[in-house]
Amino acid sequence: MTALDTAFAASAVLAVLGGLFAVTTRHVVHAALWLVVALLGVAGSLLVLGAELVALVLVLVYVGAVVVLVLFALMLTRAPIGPDRAHAVGPWRAVGAALLGLATAGLLASVLVPLADGTVRRSDVATTQVAGQLFGTWVWPFELLSLLLLAALVGALAVARGSRDAAGPEATS
Amino acid sequence: MIHLVGPYLLASALVGLGVAGVAVRRNAVLVLVGVELMLSGGLVLLVTTQAAGADRWAAGSVLPLFTITIAAAEVVVALAVVLAVFRRRGSIDLDEPSPAETTAEVGP
Repeated sequence: MTALDTAFAASAVLAVLGGLFAVTTRHVVHAALWLVVALLGVAGSLLVLGAELVALVLVLVYVGAVVVLVLFALMLTRAPIGPDRAHAVGPWRAVGAALLGLATAGLLASVLVPLADGTVRRSDVATTQVAGQLFGTWVWPFELLSLLLLAALVGALAVARGSRDAAGPEATS
Repeated sequence: MIHLVGPYLLASALVGLGVAGVAVRRNAVLVLVGVELMLSGGLVLLVTTQAAGADRWAAGSVLPLFTITIAAAEVVVALAVVLAVFRRRGSIDLDEPSPAETTAEVGP
């Protein structure tokens, strides 16, 4: 049990606990805020694994943008303050979902854990190396991503303001 | 030096939690929380391949960046759809029958 293992275990426990509360809490806003805790735990474990760039981008994009978007969407859809009784699920569905999650986690763990062949030396990939590969080998996928983001932006705008479609498509133009 | 069992267990636990969250939620916005958890499990797995040394072209760092970007785009479009549905139906309950089904039942 090295120092890296201990740091990773701490971050992983934070991530799993945050994810557990994000999935099980009845307060809808709390679910989004527990997601922040879970993602910070994931970012910490990525940092321990030696991927500083990915950890920082995860915090910037997920915590900074995605969770804020989710909070906005919750407020725009009139999320109740306090427990959400309108969307409460029955006990059978909760048990079924828990069993499904446990089965998925167990299946993945049973496949992945035998692949772990003892302790390995953590190989460090420098950020300059990542940048060189990103703009060398991966430059065309990277450029395609910008197209994807543009399409998502335009598509989201078109879908979100298309409420006058019922009156007729010419009303939106 | 790091043991690889930890990252593998974390990735499977995150994906399991995400699947449970997608299955248990009726609020359409909170389904996305489960999806984000699943994707972060995938991220941990990708970065683990880099830490283990089985990595070419820095793929263990570049592919997670792509995944994060695609996930952000996906969340934006999904929330736009959820808002459009909410404006049209006044509810984001996923268990509620759709208006087409209810009118089909009432109609001849």
